[in-house]
Amino acid sequence: MKTLFALILINPAFGQDRVEMADQLRAEGKIYVVVTIILIVLTGLIFYLFLLDKKVKKLEKLVSDKKKQTN
Amino acid sequence: MKTWVKILAICLLLYVHIGGLLLDVPRLNILNETVRALYFHVPMWFGMVLLFGISVYYAVRYLQNPSSNFDIRSVECANVGLVFGILGMITGMLWANYTWGSPWHGDPKQNGAAIALLVYLAYFILRSSIQNEEQKARLSAVYNIFAFAAMIPLIFIIPRLTSSMHPGSGGNPGFNMYDLDSKMRLVFYPAVIGWFLIGIWIVSLRVKMRELEEEILDIEHG
Repeated sequence: MKTLFALILINPAFGQDRVEMADQLRAEGKIYVVVTIILIVLTGLIFYLFLLDKKVKKLEKLVSDKKKQTN
Repeated sequence: MKTWVKILAICLLLYVHIGGLLLDVPRLNILNETVRALYFHVPMWFGMVLLFGISVYYAVRYLQNPSSNFDIRSVECANVGLVFGILGMITGMLWANYTWGSPWHGDPKQNGAAIALLVYLAYFILRSSIQNEEQKARLSAVYNIFAFAAMIPLIFIIPRLTSSMHPGSGGNPGFNMYDLDSKMRLVFYPAVIGWFLIGIWIVSLRVKMRELEEEILDIEHG
């Protein structure tokens, strides 16, 4: 009986709900660190995309101005 | 590209990156927590296929009406699609390393995707090997149709006929294996739409740059 009890406690595959997940990471709240870091990278890259957008718009204006000058 | 579409794409991606890491996922053996990689790995391939689809659409439009506008759109969609595909390949290899045991398994879908990427790489080699602009556009538009027609069976049909470890292949159920209560779809589909829109955004920037290049050349020669 004692060994069976120990088996249930130790064996992570015992029972279907016992699949190992990063529960500890979540319990400690450290998952939020990961989420924040990923969000910083994502927003940074998207911000950069907006800057590129602006740059291309500026170039478009420059070229259309040049076109008017030459015509 | 309209600003509201860009904002929509950003909101979807912010939601995907928060929800993808924090919302509940099914507890599955072997996959464990890595099941979340589905939210980031698979949208790359969906994005690639959608972008290649737009690329072949413009290739057909070019053959109907040879205007360089269609050619530029076709090649830039293929370009960004290839980037998505390479990202999908790298993420897939990393995921496979930890769930299947090694990065390359000779899995039919993995092999098919690799061949499809090589077919599209050859598209760019073909383009760079022709000097004449019209010939380049026409030949590569024809090749684009063949490349798309080769990619669909390589990625979607052959893996279903043989045994593959990818879900949705070789008798494996599609996403049903993961989302017993379709919780994962709530993050997965926004991820596909979000990344696809970001892809279109980058395409639109590249198209603008190419058109500017042409205009500048026109001014210089005109």
